[in-house]
Amino acid sequence: MSKDGSAAYFTTRVDAVVNWARKHSLFPLPFGTSCCGIEMMATLCSDYDMARFGAEAIRFSPRQADLLIVAGIINAKMAPVLKTVYDQMSEPKWVMSFGACASSGGIFNVYSVTQGIDTVIPVDVYVPGCPPAPEGVLHSLIRLQEQIQKGETVAQRRERQSRAGTLKSIT
Amino acid sequence: MSIDQKTSENIMKNERLPDLGLPQGGHYSVDHDPDDLWGDSRVIVNIGPTHPAMHGALRMVAKINGETIEKSYCEFGYTHRAKEKLGENRTYHQFVVYTDRLNYCSALVNNVTYAMSVERLMGVQVPDRAVWIRMICCELARVIDHLICVGINAVDLGAFSFFLYGFHQREEAYTLIEKLCGARLTTSYTRIGGLMADAPEGWEKQVKDWVKRTRVVIDEMDALLTGNKIWCQRTIGVGIMDAKLCQAYSVTGPAVRAAGLNYDLRRDQPSMFYKDMEFDVPIAQNGDVFDRYLVRMEEIRQSLNIISQCCDRIKKGPIWADDKRVRIPEKDVVHNTMEGLIHHFKFFMTGFEVPPGEAYTTFEAPNGELGFYIVSKGGPAAHRMRIRGPSFYHFQTLTPVSDGLKIADMVGLLGSMNIIAGELDR
Amino acid sequence: MDINTPVPTIYGDQLEKFGELWKKQVQTLKEKFGDAIEEVLFPKEANTDVPIIFVQAARIIDVLGFMKNDAGFEYGFLADLTATDEESAPRFHVVYNLLSRKSMSRVRVKVRTDEENAVPTAISLWPAANWAEREVWDMFGVRFEGHPDLRRILMDVRWEGHPLRKDYPLRGYQIFPTPEAIDPSLLNY
Repeated sequence: MSKDGSAAYFTTRVDAVVNWARKHSLFPLPFGTSCCGIEMMATLCSDYDMARFGAEAIRFSPRQADLLIVAGIINAKMAPVLKTVYDQMSEPKWVMSFGACASSGGIFNVYSVTQGIDTVIPVDVYVPGCPPAPEGVLHSLIRLQEQIQKGETVAQRRERQSRAGTLKSIT
Repeated sequence: MSIDQKTSENIMKNERLPDLGLPQGGHYSVDHDPDDLWGDSRVIVNIGPTHPAMHGALRMVAKINGETIEKSYCEFGYTHRAKEKLGENRTYHQFVVYTDRLNYCSALVNNVTYAMSVERLMGVQVPDRAVWIRMICCELARVIDHLICVGINAVDLGAFSFFLYGFHQREEAYTLIEKLCGARLTTSYTRIGGLMADAPEGWEKQVKDWVKRTRVVIDEMDALLTGNKIWCQRTIGVGIMDAKLCQAYSVTGPAVRAAGLNYDLRRDQPSMFYKDMEFDVPIAQNGDVFDRYLVRMEEIRQSLNIISQCCDRIKKGPIWADDKRVRIPEKDVVHNTMEGLIHHFKFFMTGFEVPPGEAYTTFEAPNGELGFYIVSKGGPAAHRMRIRGPSFYHFQTLTPVSDGLKIADMVGLLGSMNIIAGELDR
Repeated sequence: MDINTPVPTIYGDQLEKFGELWKKQVQTLKEKFGDAIEEVLFPKEANTDVPIIFVQAARIIDVLGFMKNDAGFEYGFLADLTATDEESAPRFHVVYNLLSRKSMSRVRVKVRTDEENAVPTAISLWPAANWAEREVWDMFGVRFEGHPDLRRILMDVRWEGHPLRKDYPLRGYQIFPTPEAIDPSLLNY
């Protein structure tokens, strides 16, 4: 109701409202394996406080989370585990590749290391750095929220494709 | 010995502890487990590698009976990054970067130990100022590592605010380290024969101010947790690693001191200027989770003492060894002379030669004995670069100690062992 | 300037402190074990920080046990157990870094071996050797006789080859579709 008593309208699309709600209620699953895990904890702690961006409710169960933060190295032994965890998460789900090791293998171009987790699962945001500074993580989180609002993430594209019947494979 | 007697010995001059009416035990016998309601319905539980209590990426497969672990085995290697293989394929200078990623909670100690081991192979003496800065770095890293360890151990057992106190102080320490080398966690600060850069003007004074503030915070943290009844009940008498077990399994560091063995490489086999320092080596008796917590808290205080002594005694001077083989050429020489440019190019592209020989160089890292066993056969890369991480030997004790414990107590035990996947898997 | 140049801030006093002790200990070992001690390399004479004692593989447990328990030695602490790939026959050296917590002196014991010949396990002396030997098996393919549980430790059980051998390529990737399964037999099931 506006001040003079007449009805006021605010028109939008339903998916825009849904995306707006989604981007402010991310439930991250911290998949911290090595050094980056420590910086991820620093980001969650009081000095940087990820809660300001609505992503502080850590869930260790993949069933309850929608943002997979892969912080650290994923090697040949770990890659199938990561795939399993990703598959267990319910749609829509987002993936943040945290740090150089997860994004590209970083300085470890060796026999045991997966050269980037995007060989295993689709990724929405890459955070550069070895390890990234907490400011970089927050920046990437904001970028991810922008992407979610615009509906450009992998999961949302997959959702649209599946509605249109053009989805070829799950990942 | 009753629990009350144990407590009074454990507490080491701390008078704030309330009178605890603790139940007997802590180690639960499998045969008389009151929780064994299901008869023989034992199940296998896979804990990890992504379980929140399994720091990093460790995995424990346990056969449980109710809440009690009857038998278990551990798996790791989920963060194996082939650092030993890389040591054979990178030059000694390039490998500094990889040492950061060993125990990433205290990267500076790894940097210093690695630089020391290569300098020992080459017979290079670094100047006094560099040694003093390295010592400050080591102790800063030790404080950070212990803060993270006790903080996360407390979080695992449900005490969250304690962790926030520690992490704030740690952020301040990281600011100091950032001023030193521009990085927070993975510092790569040392070079063979010197340091990446000199400490900035007035850095020692800032460190001393930080030491003063940290002393207050440590006392606050102590007041918050040490006398806390819930904390004491969760930790006293739980996860006992006694002296015999520690010796058999090559356990070092705070864990072995908590078991009553008076052993610290900084004092017993002094390197750098540790023999001129005045510090105490804290010892506890029972080797349970609570003792390891107490030893770590006291070691933080001792490290702060060492840092302030170092800050008093450090003087201005060069930070590079007077040795042409290892010295990175000055930038004005590189940019202005042909020879300097060639030297620079050769230094970074082919690396310097290390004379043939082998040495096992150790230092007391926050977790225990960190060792680099380097075999050189001449040439710019090592023939064998063995890294002896303390976590590797500590983690081996998890199975014998945790068999018979409740799962929730195993979580506390694992947190107090401070297993860092980076140096466990290497 | 090499390892024989003492550096004061990096354990430069080790040789003066323990030189006599090491000489005496090696003498005792040679008298007691004779042929089992194949070769001894001393600091100054060879490029090493502490004496390296090469022992016959068959007698290694006797020698280590003597060094662990005898009053003049007391090397009760197994600081590290590892191996090196020498690329010439015999191919591998298994390396035991020992520390005496009483005198704080260190020595290094080595055993020459190759792919076929197993080294007796040191678990009976130090349970800590269990995982260290598993790692040596995993990384180098050196077998340990009498080891109760010689499985891969760092690599996946399905991994082929031994990565730290010199002939294993740095980028010899291997990919597995499924996570490593639980082995109930290890839990007496």
